[in-house]
Amino acid sequence: MKRLLALVLLATAWSAQAAGDAAAPLKLWHAYRGGEETAIIQVTQLFTAKTGVPVELLAVPYNAYADKLTNGIPHGAGPDVFIFNHERLRNFHAQHLLAPASKLARGDYFPNALEALEVDGQVYGYPMSLKSLALYVNTKLVPTPPTTTAELLAMLPALSDEKAGRFGFAYENGDFYFHAPFLFGFGGELFDASGKATFNTEGMARSLAFVKKLQDDRFIPQEITGALVKSLFNDGRVAMIISGPWFAGEVAPSVDYRVVALPTVSETGIPLKPFLGVEAAYVSSQSKQAEQAQALARFLSLGEASLVRTTVGRQIPADVAAYQLQAVKDDVLISSFREAAKNATPMPNTLEMLRVWEPMKLALRAVLQGGTEPQDAGALADRRYRALHRERPPDASPLPWLGLVGVMAVGGTVWVMRRPAPTLPFKRRYPDVALAATYLAPASAGILVLVFIPFVVGLSLSLFHYEPGQYSFVGLANFIDILASRGYSISEPLSFYFTLAVTLLWALVNVVLHVSIGLFLALLLKDPLLKLKGVYRVLLIIPWAVPNYITALMWKGMFHQQFGAINGLLVALGMEPVSWFTKFSTAFAANVATNTWLGFPFMMVVALGALQSIPQELYEAAEVDGASKWTQFRHITLPLLRPAMLPAVILGSVWTFNMFNIIYLVSGGEPGGGTDILVSEAFRWAFQRNQQYGFAAAYSVLIFVVLLAWSSFTKRLMRASSEVMG
Amino acid sequence: MNRPSKLKMAAIHAGLMLTCMATLYPVLWVVKMALSPSDSLTLTVNPFPESITLEHFREVLLGTDASGRWLFGRQLLSSLVVSGATTLVGLALAVSAAYALSRFRFPGKEGGMQTLLITQMFPATLMLVPIYSILEKLHLLDSLTGLVLVYATTALPFCIWNLKGYFDTLPRELEEAAVMDGASPAQVFIKVVLPLARPALAVTALFSFMTAWNEFILAATLLNDPTRFTLPVALQRYVGEYKVEWGKFAAGALVISAPVMALFFALQKHLVGGLTAGGVKG
Repeated sequence: MKRLLALVLLATAWSAQAAGDAAAPLKLWHAYRGGEETAIIQVTQLFTAKTGVPVELLAVPYNAYADKLTNGIPHGAGPDVFIFNHERLRNFHAQHLLAPASKLARGDYFPNALEALEVDGQVYGYPMSLKSLALYVNTKLVPTPPTTTAELLAMLPALSDEKAGRFGFAYENGDFYFHAPFLFGFGGELFDASGKATFNTEGMARSLAFVKKLQDDRFIPQEITGALVKSLFNDGRVAMIISGPWFAGEVAPSVDYRVVALPTVSETGIPLKPFLGVEAAYVSSQSKQAEQAQALARFLSLGEASLVRTTVGRQIPADVAAYQLQAVKDDVLISSFREAAKNATPMPNTLEMLRVWEPMKLALRAVLQGGTEPQDAGALADRRYRALHRERPPDASPLPWLGLVGVMAVGGTVWVMRRPAPTLPFKRRYPDVALAATYLAPASAGILVLVFIPFVVGLSLSLFHYEPGQYSFVGLANFIDILASRGYSISEPLSFYFTLAVTLLWALVNVVLHVSIGLFLALLLKDPLLKLKGVYRVLLIIPWAVPNYITALMWKGMFHQQFGAINGLLVALGMEPVSWFTKFSTAFAANVATNTWLGFPFMMVVALGALQSIPQELYEAAEVDGASKWTQFRHITLPLLRPAMLPAVILGSVWTFNMFNIIYLVSGGEPGGGTDILVSEAFRWAFQRNQQYGFAAAYSVLIFVVLLAWSSFTKRLMRASSEVMG
Repeated sequence: MNRPSKLKMAAIHAGLMLTCMATLYPVLWVVKMALSPSDSLTLTVNPFPESITLEHFREVLLGTDASGRWLFGRQLLSSLVVSGATTLVGLALAVSAAYALSRFRFPGKEGGMQTLLITQMFPATLMLVPIYSILEKLHLLDSLTGLVLVYATTALPFCIWNLKGYFDTLPRELEEAAVMDGASPAQVFIKVVLPLARPALAVTALFSFMTAWNEFILAATLLNDPTRFTLPVALQRYVGEYKVEWGKFAAGALVISAPVMALFFALQKHLVGGLTAGGVKG
């Protein structure tokens, strides 16, 4: 309690600052694992041995890495140097996270690596390694790798046998990163002359038709994930795959393979051109030891460090001199990747590039899952692109809002003051108010600081527009955009009304299933003479005890079209396997199945408790009166269950309404955002579409309003039911 | 009451067994993934592993970081510390607040209860950004204390509601009798009310514990040092950007779920009473 009070005091003294410590070691953050991690540790030890400057390493989980940087650095809680892909460079730069690479000599690195790290002619970050895609070939199955797509197509029929689970070729074809080589190889462009994204092009249609045919001819598996590619390649069940240098560490020792550049497209004569990703060491703009941080970043990218990173970490160095070293020259994998990277185009580090991913993913999935012709997919992507690309709304004046808040505050005070004086003095009306305050103080303080303030901040964020680095006040513009369903028609995924309808359906179906299954099981379990009751109850409660993200990933795997257990079951029963995530109905059903599995135990437990509290005499009396079982259920069980079940149902409906993990991890919104619910949509706007926090907050406010309406409705229900109970 | 017929019992057993099988099937798949040597995928209905290895468990449980520190042990410890402290802090705060809300009259009581409920309706992920800045001001970033405070307070509304509901069902006569015997308000609360509320306390504790034990988004954002990660954050690392290590993920998932299952098992009697009673009066 004392500690908490101290915290509250601290909260009021907001301006306190952490004192900088000059002798502190340099902080270096990375997201490496395995060999790459070992290499970076060795390299920093070399640095410390040379300069005497200690380095503190931190391996950050990848999923949280970018957020940690954007949150941490401006607050002075970030690293001095961090390693990241160049893809987010522009974003980091807009948020003022980066210091220019002041010790960089251009001649040391490959020009295309530097190009990737440039913003307005200034290079940020020291290029460390190159990442691009190449062809991994199982040499036992394919002695001579194909150099053209014609050769590739000629080989595939002999290598593929879908029935036996063998395929000639595999790559994550639903991911635009992997499709990009095909797009460029078929002469497609991603950006027009003015630098804006274009999708509806000849090259797009041809590349999509090509990959669709690969799948239709059963040369490549369906619904491919990275895990599937790895597993097939390691089992020798796929002859060729496309992947990057990181995959080399995943290949089983029993597989003989080699890496070659991607083949050339026979129709156009252009090689399949993958994106070039550049991993760089960036110096934080907030580093208190900028000189040493620059020295460390430069050290990591060159010389001995390159050698260690290459030989131990299996990275493809961006350092020109590294390729003169004998150890690197002799390394077949490194040199083949270097060879493959020659055709690669640096992935633009622009914001425009970040806007391309979602529309492209939509187009790819639409074509691969059928239903959309390759020539129509470009238009589809284009529509999605325009819907997601929100222009910044005009600034609004905050004055009317401040005025409104002021008026409300004055009005509220006046209303309180002018209320008729209570008949009893305060002390008499509330005799134990002091005691109540003592009991409530700790909880209220905590809730105020960590629940209520974030809540109010979240609410007010909805009136702002956020662009990396700055908020601008836009009044109700976000709400108007959402409610007017700007950019998409009302009956389309991504429109607020469509998503709302899906969310309501989702909540309704789930709650009905949870309650009916839960109640049914509770009725089965209630019999006092039932043997093994405890065992059943424990087994049936298990889903509740499993963390729900684990449940979600587990079911996602079970719904896989070719390798999932559910389709296995269907096939065993003589039915056709179902492609679960290509149609709204089946994708929705998959989500519901997962959530039902996870949600019924709660209702079962509540129902069990409620059933136990119904006096047995009532049934005995009914029995005497000759009431049938069904009549007993309808006239005794159901009415008496109601008051106990209702709060649980309401709680369950709110939980389901905001059940983010299941939607996000099972269907992921497939097909085309159709199965997204409001929360997952809000999440996407906040974290996947250029961090439009304001827009996402507006979504959250709308979710909040819907739930508020629902709760005031249920409050009436509850009151009615408690009146029935007397 | 007359004995149910054999046939009916058999039908009930059959129904329960079927649902148990459906319930366990996905769990068996996780077990299979955790025990199978490779991540090999084949279309099969069989949820039992064909060959068994403890390699994944060994790697998850005994893995060390580059400087030879035993990661799992440290992460388990921090998970236990965080979840345990969250339970204690959350319960202490919730119990006193719920008691006040149930027994005392004071202005703003109804409004306060409603506000508690209302804050639950705002999507939690979007509170992340403000929470981060607040913890930064409090100098509680990258500390387990900060995490405990956030977990405990965010679980408070549910805990308070559940406990308040239960307190409402306890007869006041006992407390009044204690007061007659000269007990102070604090004594009444600690010696009379709390022992009676044991089922609800158990359930509420279980919920706070689970919230903290399973959460990973906040933990991943707030914590920096891998030796202090909670277990779910560590588990997330097996499902990386390029690499997905299902075997280790499954093994880790089983290890993480086990304690919660054990708690459920231990508390299941209370679970039935403690939750519904809380619900009856909402």
